[in-house]
Amino acid sequence: MIAEAGLAAIWLAASMALLQFIAGLTLLRDGAGQLVPLIKPAAYMQGALCTFAFFALMWLFYISDLSVLLVANNSHIDKPLIFKLAGTWGNHEGSMLLWVTILSVSGAAIAFLEKRIEVKTLSATLAVQGFLALGFFAFLLFSSNPFERMVPAPIEGAGLNPLLQDVGLAFHPPTLYFGYVGLSIAFSFAVGALLTNQVGPAFARAMRPWVLGAWIFLTIGIAAGSYWAYYELGWGGWWFWDPVENASLMPWLAATALLHSVSVLATRNALRAWTIMLALVAFAMSMAGTFLVRSGILTSVHAFAVDPERGSFILALMLMYTGLAFVIFALRIGTVKQGEPFQLLSREGGIVANNIFLSVILAVILIGTLYPIAAEALGDKISVGPPYFNKATVPIAVLLMLALLVGPLLRWRRDDLGRLKYWLIGAAAILLLSCLAIWKFAPQIGIFPLLGIALSLALAVAAWMPLRGRKLLRTPIPVFGMVIAHFGLAVSVFGMAAESGFSSETLTALAPGESAKVAGWEVKLNDVNPVVGDNWVAVEGEMIAAKNGNEFPLHPQSRQFFKPPMQTSEAALLTRWNGQLYVVIAQPDQEGDGRWQVRLWWKPFVTFIWGGAILIALGGAIALLGRMVRRTKNSAINKWQTE
Amino acid sequence: MKPKHQRLLLAIIAVAALVGAGLIAASALREEASYFYTPTTLVAANVEPGKAIRLGGMVQKGSIVRGGDGVSITFTVRDQRRSQKVAYRGITPDLFGEGSGVVADGRLGPDRVFVADSLLAKHDENYVPRELADIDMSAAAKTKDTLVP
Repeated sequence: MIAEAGLAAIWLAASMALLQFIAGLTLLRDGAGQLVPLIKPAAYMQGALCTFAFFALMWLFYISDLSVLLVANNSHIDKPLIFKLAGTWGNHEGSMLLWVTILSVSGAAIAFLEKRIEVKTLSATLAVQGFLALGFFAFLLFSSNPFERMVPAPIEGAGLNPLLQDVGLAFHPPTLYFGYVGLSIAFSFAVGALLTNQVGPAFARAMRPWVLGAWIFLTIGIAAGSYWAYYELGWGGWWFWDPVENASLMPWLAATALLHSVSVLATRNALRAWTIMLALVAFAMSMAGTFLVRSGILTSVHAFAVDPERGSFILALMLMYTGLAFVIFALRIGTVKQGEPFQLLSREGGIVANNIFLSVILAVILIGTLYPIAAEALGDKISVGPPYFNKATVPIAVLLMLALLVGPLLRWRRDDLGRLKYWLIGAAAILLLSCLAIWKFAPQIGIFPLLGIALSLALAVAAWMPLRGRKLLRTPIPVFGMVIAHFGLAVSVFGMAAESGFSSETLTALAPGESAKVAGWEVKLNDVNPVVGDNWVAVEGEMIAAKNGNEFPLHPQSRQFFKPPMQTSEAALLTRWNGQLYVVIAQPDQEGDGRWQVRLWWKPFVTFIWGGAILIALGGAIALLGRMVRRTKNSAINKWQTE
Repeated sequence: MKPKHQRLLLAIIAVAALVGAGLIAASALREEASYFYTPTTLVAANVEPGKAIRLGGMVQKGSIVRGGDGVSITFTVRDQRRSQKVAYRGITPDLFGEGSGVVADGRLGPDRVFVADSLLAKHDENYVPRELADIDMSAAAKTKDTLVP
């Protein structure tokens, strides 16, 4: 009964989206229309209906209603409660329902909250949003129905991929989806503004919080995904340039570029066409990400089912939306007037540099990700891995970091490097001295880790420079956000460079009582014990890590799951302020000589990678809150004045 | 600078950047893209030692030899026709074993032994390494018993 109600809610929500779209079309044709007043209520209804459908599905997972095909395929009555609930979106259909739910609720939120742009532009935006939602509703209803029944109902259910039975899963996909969907809202705003000829600062201010919000969620989602891969896969790496990871990184790069250019449009009324283009690209990348991840064209833990029909459906949606958007861009961009001019050496110029470098990195990653797929279609089997991505992206990232040492210090419109000469000399000195120092003490380090550490040290100082000479209490809150985000980037890059330049590794086989050394740590295997969990059994190493007389217990596990059968490694991590000791134990040697394979890593400053990412997201959150506070204050003043 | 020229300039910069990105990608791809081979195609392609490639096939029965240090192994990967010796040092994937499908990342050594940096084993029905998905493992599985002495 609940399943049928949920399905009915999706159908009704789809009809609301259709209504939004049709009303929007009449608006564009006639400039008005009797349907236009219905757009907002339709957006509210669509949000409410989708929320209902989503919670209905969650309820079915909660009670383990195995007569629903999706629940039967992905749940198991023995599964712990948190994973039963997370199972709602830990599969293809459920995750697509989550996608449209977030999309619809965001649409309702715009309809309710957005008062800065003209009614006509808002209506056009909501119509575009309805059109987007419509495609995804069609996808859900015709090829991914989450509420499909299974007759007869099975007795226990198939279970969830054990790699996904992790608390990280409870919030990793929803976080990324908030990001993807936030970019779809930016896209709707961009197309809405293009159609109604309202590309200007007001539109940019309306779009900015959505871009910023999406970007914060993407940042957190990528960092969480990276940390999950780091401790769950047991390979000791934090970024594998896996196509699925790239699928989340590409929208983030586009969103980062958009975030910077939309600020120029909002404050300086420049970079209009540029910003619109980035908004389209950012959403195209989110769609491409969804396509890559969900179509089954790639095999990974993210591709829940290989089903060519679904892949073609998402591909068709992606081509239709981005194609239409680019056609509208081409047709309408002539009507967008040139923005305010600026000199190349100016804050605007710095942001153009940021945008260019980010776009080049994005393009290089896109080519590397799609090339094997295209080659396979032509009959060649090629894999493009870390060597390609590192070689092609890191040098551009170095240029980006260099630009970041100066860009935020430049003035709007025009500037003169002579004003900044002391800082330029200072930054060059930091770079040079740290390069020499590292090279002296660690000549074996590669060029990129070396540059990464030097640049992150310089940026750690440069990030705070915009506050110099300002009265801190009168500085706008978003400036603090920018400073913290840039500092976070320095922290994160420092972690990446230190980890890739100075990690040490020991691979060995130990019998109980033996020990191995890595980077000054002595790790002793005392014993190996069997352990039993909710739905797995494991062998657990009882180890002691010792350094300078301090001893720490470690318990790495190798787990065996039954539903479905699979083994996973649970690494033991020992976190110190200056790095992590990472210990993995494997199943026993088949020869049975009583030894256990053990892999030890010392990863200096590796936690800085995610710590920096949290700072970056925090900077974004501060900027977002700062703008909200200012907006409420302004509207309170306006209200007071009109009264 | 006149406003009109500014927009043109920005457009030119953007196009130049994208062309640059394409060139960077093309040159890096030429050097770093690694091709997938089975033992048969590897021989046919005459791949030079040291170039990064991927090798896929079945682990031949009775071919796994574990080294004395407990972490090195050698084994033979085969397809329907030919076989290739592989050396690996590290923790083998969970489902790695004789008769399982495997994809190895690595390069040929000067002695024509394939030195693997990483191994990817066939996990289960839902997770097959992409390159192995369309290789008929049953055929290889049938031939291997007759070929192993």
